[in-house]
Amino acid sequence: MSLVEEVDYGTPASRAKESVTLTIDGQQVKVPAGTSILRAASELGTQIPKLCATDSLQAFGSCRLCLVEVEGRAGAPASCTTPVAEGMVVRTQTKKLKDLRKGVMELYISDHPLDCLTCAANGDCELQDMAGAVGLRDVRYGYAGENHTKQEKDQSNPYFDFDPSKCIVCSRCVRACDEVQGTLALTIQGRGFESKVSPSQNELFLDSECVSCGACVQACPTATLSEKSVVEIGTPEHSVVTTCAYCGVGCSFKAEMRGEEVVRMVPYKDGKANRGHSCVKGRFAWGYATHKERILNPMIRSSISEPWREVSWEEAIAYAASEFKRIQEKYGRLAVGGVTSSRCTNEETFLVQKLIRAAFGNNNVDTCARVCHSPTGYGLKTAFGTSAGTQDFDSVEDSDVIMIIGANPTEGHPVFASRMKKRLRQGAKLIVVDPRRIDLVRTPHIEASYHLPLKPGTNVAILTALAHVIVTEGLVNKDFVAQRCDADDFAAWAEFVSRPEHSPDVVEKQSGVPADLIRGAARLYATGGNGAIYYGLGVTEHSQGSTTVMAIANLAMATGNLGRRGVGVNPLRGQNNVQGACDMGSFPHEVSGYRHISDDATRALFAKEWGRELDSEPGLRIPNMLDAAVDGVFKGMYIQGEDILQSDPNTKHVAAGLSAMECVVVHDLFLNETANYAHVFLPGSTFLEKNGTFTNAERRIQLVRKVMTPLNGYEDWEITQLLSNALGFPMNYTHPSEIMDEIARLTPSFAGVSFAKIDEMGSVQWPCNEKNPEGSPIMHIEGFARGKGKFMLTEYVATDEKTGPRYPLLLTTGRVLSQYNVGAQTRRTENVVFHDEDLLEIHPHDAENRGVKEGDWVKLASRAGETTLRATITDRVAPGVVYTTFHHPDTQANVVTTEFSDWATNCPEYKVTAVQVSPSNGPTNWQKQYEEQAAASRRVVELEAVK
Amino acid sequence: MSDLEPEQTLSSHDKLVYMANQIGKAFSAEPHDAAVAAAANHIRLYWDPRMRRIILEHLDKGGAGLEPIALEAVRALKGKK
Repeated sequence: MSLVEEVDYGTPASRAKESVTLTIDGQQVKVPAGTSILRAASELGTQIPKLCATDSLQAFGSCRLCLVEVEGRAGAPASCTTPVAEGMVVRTQTKKLKDLRKGVMELYISDHPLDCLTCAANGDCELQDMAGAVGLRDVRYGYAGENHTKQEKDQSNPYFDFDPSKCIVCSRCVRACDEVQGTLALTIQGRGFESKVSPSQNELFLDSECVSCGACVQACPTATLSEKSVVEIGTPEHSVVTTCAYCGVGCSFKAEMRGEEVVRMVPYKDGKANRGHSCVKGRFAWGYATHKERILNPMIRSSISEPWREVSWEEAIAYAASEFKRIQEKYGRLAVGGVTSSRCTNEETFLVQKLIRAAFGNNNVDTCARVCHSPTGYGLKTAFGTSAGTQDFDSVEDSDVIMIIGANPTEGHPVFASRMKKRLRQGAKLIVVDPRRIDLVRTPHIEASYHLPLKPGTNVAILTALAHVIVTEGLVNKDFVAQRCDADDFAAWAEFVSRPEHSPDVVEKQSGVPADLIRGAARLYATGGNGAIYYGLGVTEHSQGSTTVMAIANLAMATGNLGRRGVGVNPLRGQNNVQGACDMGSFPHEVSGYRHISDDATRALFAKEWGRELDSEPGLRIPNMLDAAVDGVFKGMYIQGEDILQSDPNTKHVAAGLSAMECVVVHDLFLNETANYAHVFLPGSTFLEKNGTFTNAERRIQLVRKVMTPLNGYEDWEITQLLSNALGFPMNYTHPSEIMDEIARLTPSFAGVSFAKIDEMGSVQWPCNEKNPEGSPIMHIEGFARGKGKFMLTEYVATDEKTGPRYPLLLTTGRVLSQYNVGAQTRRTENVVFHDEDLLEIHPHDAENRGVKEGDWVKLASRAGETTLRATITDRVAPGVVYTTFHHPDTQANVVTTEFSDWATNCPEYKVTAVQVSPSNGPTNWQKQYEEQAAASRRVVELEAVK
Repeated sequence: MSDLEPEQTLSSHDKLVYMANQIGKAFSAEPHDAAVAAAANHIRLYWDPRMRRIILEHLDKGGAGLEPIALEAVRALKGKK
């Protein structure tokens, strides 16, 4: 194996459709109009020396290395900033050009340390390469004069160093921060000799606005910005392209390796989801894979009050299987179930649900999408006929109006947010519907046209009011509706939304959003050109989550914003494989491809493939499993890659359910919170240690490639296979590609998918079948999956979670950029430097009324429970609203969230909890007891035999 | 009582009544018969047999707490059983 090298064409590709033919060094080349000479030459295979140019950034023309001669033009123009022209004749190598370039390089090197042999970038330095390319052999100017070679390093960032002594002030880092990331945290301070790269106002990187996405490090052509891992380990010797295991964006990375040690993760330019960009999690936060707390040996115990006992794999699997069999014999076939993981691969997820349906013989399988995007599945399937976002990420480049509802992309989906911000800086309009003032409402060079700061829980009222304006003001796209949607449903919907009770003036009283803002936003979305809706858990995690999804679909259909680039309905998926976990049949009522379990023909297909009849009745969802456990009829659970104790609502109820079970098998990387209540622990493998596929939020199926031997001994699919075999249902896969072949045989929308095809194409978006052999970047182009689009009536039903004298504030929850979900991975990386505790955001008025000051400990109490955490005072939240994250188990924000849930899917209402906030001296009794219990539960008796 | 013990929450029985009412309300903008049919169909497609059995047993005992659409939907469910 060797390093995966990517060609740097010097400047971005032109999107022009017209072509231009020119001659470069005697060779003719045809390129799109607007292409730079530098890129045209590169496409011919001619690498013109360059330093400030790279194809992820617009041409800058500062380094003066890429000079060329053009017939009929005076001087030596920079090839990066000079566009091609018809008939142009270019020479890239002449005596004059050689002298000019050598002179330029001589000046650069005269102010650069000559420590190449001990430099971290030795062998991976463009400055070094260019010195060689121009034939630099000596520097006439000496080092006696004033120079920058003794500048002090900034090592404040946990992941990369900034060594200004090696900086050539090419501005690539500054431009990467501006153009690629869109944070604009860097600048060039000073002029002339005083010019230097400055994070924010000449601050340390860690103290600046830098979000540690790594774009500057990647853009740097020297060792000025270097990964600490490269400084420590050395340069990599081979690389493998794989897929990030964090959020639903699904970034492609080159895992750059030295042996089986990861040196660094570098975003892959050909990755179609991320186009060469990354965030602080995917780029840097992979150290959890080798964290000391990772569990590598299986463990069992007969009671959760006992310490864990390390055992062999054989004993652990045999014990788990015997327990599940015992429970089913004693309590019945339906007394066990399991949970698949949105963090695991499609193949692993498919196997877990197969084990449950075939080996357990019931449909008690669910996935963590239950608590995030299950309403998306219900809502979009009802409206369009399939449960998925309609667009690819590239689509945003053609959007004119972007409406973000209940999502915070710069924190939750940062790489896509950067692409979104790029489009917004180009002039697209922005509407934000969110109780909080998320960063995108006002950020450098971006300001939302409308921010609708609604009261939590009033999404349906607001969206129906938007529809009211669109219908009553005649803004419906009648042609689209007539051609693509069910006429009767539309007529009923139009009459419904036109009723006076849905007018902005009435909804203003319910939602707190001024009627004029509602009207303005509706008009802009309906008339502003291509309108795209992106939404997140602020839509789904409500008692009306499914209704809100359908209300969004209604808006898109009514305005004709579906079926082409630039438009669409786009759920931003939280975890890396939420889409895939749902596709793979993880829900208790349906098998892969969203086919209901009651369908006889579908079950017959599976029965033939698996040799087992499937139960025709829907199984239990996660909350139903916990309820059944408390009722004493559900006794055993296999949980792969989820921490339901920390992530699910009403922690005490989850704990009660888990405690009532006789066999809880946790299959995970770490002793998570759920494992405190487990009887068998099966150590899992990280994404670096296995093969498989993830499906991101744009339905893009990408390969996860193994780059190191699993430290725990097995890939996760192998562990599920072992368990299934022990349960008496044989599985004999030798590679995950065989599992995908089975998925393709059983699932019409995956019929054309195979590892070979994904490998060849880089990725493929389902549906991929005979009709769409290359996949489907945009859905519903000619018609909806269900035929005619279905408008649904979206009655606003206020949540029963009400504020009152005891609980006068509304709590809503979310996440931060540096942490991921329950933090099991990111808390075990240096990302804790950026966020080491969950904080409660509270408005200054509410804080003052309660005598709360910045940083004070406060008690957060709801009807479900109470916890304590520190307060931070901000007007980012409205008066009456407080906000926190759920990344840290010692906070346990879900102790206070309630069991209210979506009417259709039981997705919890995380976003609305009535609470009271009061000053506190420190942790509650519950927190102290929980900490003691967790510590006792994590005791381990090591098995000498496996040491 | 230890703080780790669960607080008083709705029983499974009461939760199912609550959920059925939620479903009924979600379809309440539809014409009455369509709303009842949609609510019944939803329960049939998404609730596991035990949950359906509990709500049907509750109906047999008078269906206390079930609001009109939910009540009729559960009756319809019983009819189809």
